[in-house]
Amino acid sequence: MGDAIASSGTPGGFARGHRVASLAGAAPGDRVYRMVITAFALMIPALLLLIAVAIGVAAWPALSAAGLSFITTSEWNVQAGKFGAAPAIYGTLVSSFIALVLATPLAVGVAIFLSEIAPKWLRQPVAFLVDLLAAIPSVVYGLWGIFFLVPMLRDHVVPFFRNTLHLGSTPLFSGPAYGPSMLAAGVILAIMALPYISAVTREVLIAVPRSQRDAALALGATKWEMIWHAVIPYARSGIIGGVILGLGRALGETMAVTMVIGNRPEISASLLAPGYTMASLIANEFTEATSDMHLSALMAVGAVLFAITLIVNGIARWLVWRVASGPKP
Amino acid sequence: MSALRRRKAGNVLMLGLTYVAAVLATLPLLFILFHLLQKGASTLTPEFFTNMPRPVGEAGGGMSNAIVGTLILIAIAGVIGLPVGIGAGLYLAEKRVGALAMTVRFLSDVLNGLPSIVLGIFAWQFLVRPFGSFSALAGGIALGAMMIPLVTRTTEEMIRLVPNSLREAALALGYPRWRTSLSVILRTALPGIVTGALVAVARIAGETAPLLFTAFGNQFWSTALDEPIAALPLQIFAYAISPYDEWHKQAWAGALVLIVIVLIISLAARHATRARFGSATD
Repeated sequence: MGDAIASSGTPGGFARGHRVASLAGAAPGDRVYRMVITAFALMIPALLLLIAVAIGVAAWPALSAAGLSFITTSEWNVQAGKFGAAPAIYGTLVSSFIALVLATPLAVGVAIFLSEIAPKWLRQPVAFLVDLLAAIPSVVYGLWGIFFLVPMLRDHVVPFFRNTLHLGSTPLFSGPAYGPSMLAAGVILAIMALPYISAVTREVLIAVPRSQRDAALALGATKWEMIWHAVIPYARSGIIGGVILGLGRALGETMAVTMVIGNRPEISASLLAPGYTMASLIANEFTEATSDMHLSALMAVGAVLFAITLIVNGIARWLVWRVASGPKP
Repeated sequence: MSALRRRKAGNVLMLGLTYVAAVLATLPLLFILFHLLQKGASTLTPEFFTNMPRPVGEAGGGMSNAIVGTLILIAIAGVIGLPVGIGAGLYLAEKRVGALAMTVRFLSDVLNGLPSIVLGIFAWQFLVRPFGSFSALAGGIALGAMMIPLVTRTTEEMIRLVPNSLREAALALGYPRWRTSLSVILRTALPGIVTGALVAVARIAGETAPLLFTAFGNQFWSTALDEPIAALPLQIFAYAISPYDEWHKQAWAGALVLIVIVLIISLAARHATRARFGSATD
């Protein structure tokens, strides 16, 4: 349509014809503009595809040689050419799980505090401080972890669990406590995941309609009952999305974990034992890998990490979107 | 009446617990800032900014090369991340719905959630392995890829905040769409987009993992793009895991510098948004 108007433009009305055409979105400038921004937009899928293909191709030799045993066996022996990534996968999952157990109640508590309870003058500053946690570089967390958190856990928290709570005989708190451990990694990941969970939770809590709260209060609910029975259920899948988003962050976190987890490829039930994660395995060995198979094995670890975070983030985004777009009428 | 009293007590308890949560959540930040100041400030002399790293055993020294290296890496990342991010953001804001827009939006969130170390091995595979050398360029590109989704999504959101009447007014005056987009819509949304760009820069400035096997680090002065280059986070990491007290001190000072850089960028970002949108959103 636009083209027809433009080409049959009135004689001597060049400017006018041009204007009519541009309103219909067919001016040459518009076509170029649309092509340029579409090209930029297409770079995002292209980049992801490129990443997936590059890592997939590089990982293939190790994955095809080891097969399923790559993720089920625990022996990581470069000289013998044995690559079993189970301890790293186990460490990634367990450290992230500890992080979520610690961070979720705190993050949801802060979000409730900020959206429902805090006096107005306190909201901005507290929200700012919590958001700042996300801005602190991972390597600074690691540094702080090495010199403050790890000694603090070893000298104060672990003795408290063992001597005061008498949990030393349970498998979780057994064995020597040298310092760098799964527990330390979990705690530092909890601090790092907290701002993400609380930011998403705050967002979905704010999205809960006012009428939801008023209805609960009109029925005589206390403020907490209002929050617990009317606000949280409404926002539930969004909160879960936020938690899963935090999980995604924790799974891929590298530097801070590498600096405090101890980097030992063994599976131990004790939280006080050193462990390993997929990300720290790659960080530690990548520049030292000389054989092609070793490199390929590390790429395969990257591929597994890529796949896990892809799935986790996909689920998280879907859940958050569902809440953000409101309930179906 | 005891049921009512129990409910009221539960109310007070749970509301109190959210205060406890707020305090506990802000404590780590205060601890970290306190320790950085306590352990880093004394090493932070003017020489720290102008001197090169010294070998073990020699006191003093600085991180001038790492600070410059980090700035170079940020510049490369910006050159890659900003145009692509802003372009894609414009596309998403103009399209809004449609299969491609939804896909790009979703994939940009997926890219945002990708572990940075994965981008590192990707950049290694493409830019280090074929050329046979670690390089500043490979590091900058890995960081640039991290910036793209952040810039894309903030650009889109900020453009959506621009009132539609402005677009209609520009079109009614006979502006073609591309000029409406670039000189009216984009300009109005600029403070927000600057915020997004600054937040993205703040996030990549401290990134370490993707640099381990791309930029690699350098003990010497280097500004060449095709050679390994020093970076502040890499230097902090190397010094933190070393066994030397002197280097630990340097690591704390470096971390303090890094945090100050990141905080300044974050505050600038907040200021940029408030300048334009503050009155509307508060």
